[in-house]
Amino acid sequence: MIVIRPTLNLLVVLAMLALIAGCGSAEESGEPAVAVAGGATAALVPGLDVTEDELKYGIGPIRNVELGPLDDALVARGEALFKTKCMACHRMDDRYVGPALRGVTERRTPEFVMNMMLNPGEMVRRHPVARAMLAAHYTEMPAQNLTEEEARALLEYLRAQAAEGQADRGGTTENP
Amino acid sequence: MARKIPRPFVLGLVAGAATAVFAYACRTTGPKGVLDGDVASRVYVAPGEHDEFYAFLSGGFSGQVTVYGLPSGRLLKVVPVFSQHAENGWGYSEETKPMLETSFGFVPWDDAHHPQLSKTNGVADGRWLFINANNTPRIARISLETFETEEIIEIPQSAGNHASPFVTPNSEYVVASTRFSVPVPQRDISVADYKAAFKGTISFIRANVPGQMDIAFQLVVPGYNYDLAHAGKGPSYGWAFFTTYNTEQANTLLEINASQRDKDFVAAVNWRRAEECVAQGRGRDVPVTYAHNYMGETRVARSELKRGVRVLEPADCDGVIYYLPTPKSPHGVDVDPSGEYIVAGGKLATVIPVHSFSKMLAAIEAKDFEGEADGIPVLRYDAVLAGEVQNPGLGPLHTEFDGKGYAYTSAFLSSEIVKWKLGTWEVVDRIPTYYSIGHLMIPGGDSEKPWGKYVIALNKITKDRYLPTGPELVHAAQLIDISGERMRLLLDFPTLGEPHYAQALPADLIKDKVVRVYDIQRNRNPYATLSEADARVERTGGTVHVYMTAIRSHFSPDIIEGIRVGDTVKFHVTNLEQDWDVPHGFAAMGVQNAELLIMPGETKTLTWVPKQPGVYPFYCTDFCSALHQEMQGYVRVSPAGANVVLTSNGAGQSRVLASGGGR
Repeated sequence: MIVIRPTLNLLVVLAMLALIAGCGSAEESGEPAVAVAGGATAALVPGLDVTEDELKYGIGPIRNVELGPLDDALVARGEALFKTKCMACHRMDDRYVGPALRGVTERRTPEFVMNMMLNPGEMVRRHPVARAMLAAHYTEMPAQNLTEEEARALLEYLRAQAAEGQADRGGTTENP
Repeated sequence: MARKIPRPFVLGLVAGAATAVFAYACRTTGPKGVLDGDVASRVYVAPGEHDEFYAFLSGGFSGQVTVYGLPSGRLLKVVPVFSQHAENGWGYSEETKPMLETSFGFVPWDDAHHPQLSKTNGVADGRWLFINANNTPRIARISLETFETEEIIEIPQSAGNHASPFVTPNSEYVVASTRFSVPVPQRDISVADYKAAFKGTISFIRANVPGQMDIAFQLVVPGYNYDLAHAGKGPSYGWAFFTTYNTEQANTLLEINASQRDKDFVAAVNWRRAEECVAQGRGRDVPVTYAHNYMGETRVARSELKRGVRVLEPADCDGVIYYLPTPKSPHGVDVDPSGEYIVAGGKLATVIPVHSFSKMLAAIEAKDFEGEADGIPVLRYDAVLAGEVQNPGLGPLHTEFDGKGYAYTSAFLSSEIVKWKLGTWEVVDRIPTYYSIGHLMIPGGDSEKPWGKYVIALNKITKDRYLPTGPELVHAAQLIDISGERMRLLLDFPTLGEPHYAQALPADLIKDKVVRVYDIQRNRNPYATLSEADARVERTGGTVHVYMTAIRSHFSPDIIEGIRVGDTVKFHVTNLEQDWDVPHGFAAMGVQNAELLIMPGETKTLTWVPKQPGVYPFYCTDFCSALHQEMQGYVRVSPAGANVVLTSNGAGQSRVLASGGGR
């Protein structure tokens, strides 16, 4: 029998992260994100194992995502992928195995969302936000062997879901 | 029944044994062999490092193949082939059961002897591994991308498929033959009619297109025992060589009665000549049936019974087969990397005869025959002989080559490997093995380009080599360094079943193309559940299909009700994971076959016929995550005729497509 409980330390980290996460959500949507210059390794955020850029954009292959108006074809492709590869653990408005996902594209940068899909193992080990999510949800997010193009389609689907739910929010129990 | 044991034979054996004991006593090395100070470093593969070679060892009577790393001797995998494997559901799951179908029906076990790597231009190419089933004659093809058995073909008109599945230089064919001659065609007759009615067959099976293995043709040959084989290469490309023993055609107490003659034969078969004859319509089609089982892109095996095979008699096709007299009850037949020398291990012989391919062709040209055996020309021994290795050890069996001009022959009775030089035939080194070596294997050692760094001895008997484990002891392999002038024993390692023969190749040829997950978007199993949204149960008459998904760390559905005693339940479990090394297991209480291990992206089906009402837990058996122990569910089983509604908590629509069951 394995029991995992958030320890006091984790709770402190969680509280800190709530602050950081708050900063993330202040990101202006629509504004193209600034790419991290290749090879330019910024200093680590004090007390954490990530740089400022990693904190904001996540750890992974995605450096810059240009967002345009919703692309319906991409949304449809993302929805099909979501059914096979994601929905066994994620709902839009309720916590399930993983966190509820509606509005995640407003709380996080698009790069963060895609890096979380593409590189969950490293995110969960190093990124304080992902670590906090693991502490809250217990099950490590599996890598689902997505291509970058597939992750982009999923991002579009999540953007569409965020828009759909604008009028009807509040069911979310916590924010990823 | 009187059993006559010829006195000269017994005397010979006694003398031989005495020589062996003497040779043993006079060795300068103790039972640990020649162990130098740096031996440990030669086989040490540091934690996290990879081995240099993949070695594929047959499991013998286990029916499976084992994969080891060399030089460490670490066991990497057991590949189920001919035997049911409850550990992962091979031969129990609905997707894999057809792989073990034969014309005799479902056969859950066999005896697997000779792994053979597929070849291109005479060199192992890392595509497939073939292996034979001795008992119910079959040949399997294992993918070296998935390390799974993908195809099995049965060999009709055969028995004791031992000289198999040796491959031709471009894997055009794998071969098969009869260790046990049998009535051809099979029929109910007395064994007393052996000489008149029992025949051998030599089969060539097309092997170079997955899914299309097929018997190209069979050659009917005299009723001897056909023992081992190797294809020609280089100048001898187009030929294949088979040893025979029991040319006496004994059918009882063979250990005496089949050891009478001084020489038996190596059969040289010209398979390109056979192709010509078949193309000309010679021979006849015989309406025998045999199974062909294939797991293709769908990963759902299909078994079909094929009918008809083209059979050639030697008289139908002149020049297709010749016999080379070879002392005495030869076992292995091995062709050197140049393709010129054909080495036969006469297991009761006092020399190793080496035939010359070019002399054989000249003798055929000159019709230099000493006679005929059942219409097959027998060449003169002296006309085809290249040389004899003197004092090769007692009971020489098999020979492999290092690509540097040396041959290595295993000697069963004297438990040693003898190294000798091609061309001069002189013995240059010998090393004891522990004990009773059968085959030996140098990576690529039966190909045109051996990677001649190690030889492994495949030993039948271990006696005192390991901690005792009751009457049954492990068999073992011994790794021996052959990079220098003298052979050096490096390592013993125990093996699974009987490591009868083996093959090995550099890991770099395979490791980067190994499949890590099955793409869930290409899952074509008709019972796949590709989204948790579709997880459900459906009743069709007395059968209930459970469409179940698995992902860390839950099944969906995990509550099922409405099953009745008398129903057949089919759990179709789809693993939605797409990450390497995350299989899920599935087992349910009281299920009378096995568990399932479901690899990422695939669907496997387990059938269950519950016999008593109750609530049955099921769970994941393959530790998958921190919450693995939470990965479980329940199935409620009601009495026959109960009217509990069929339901599940899967998100898909559960329904009754056709009522029934429950009696």
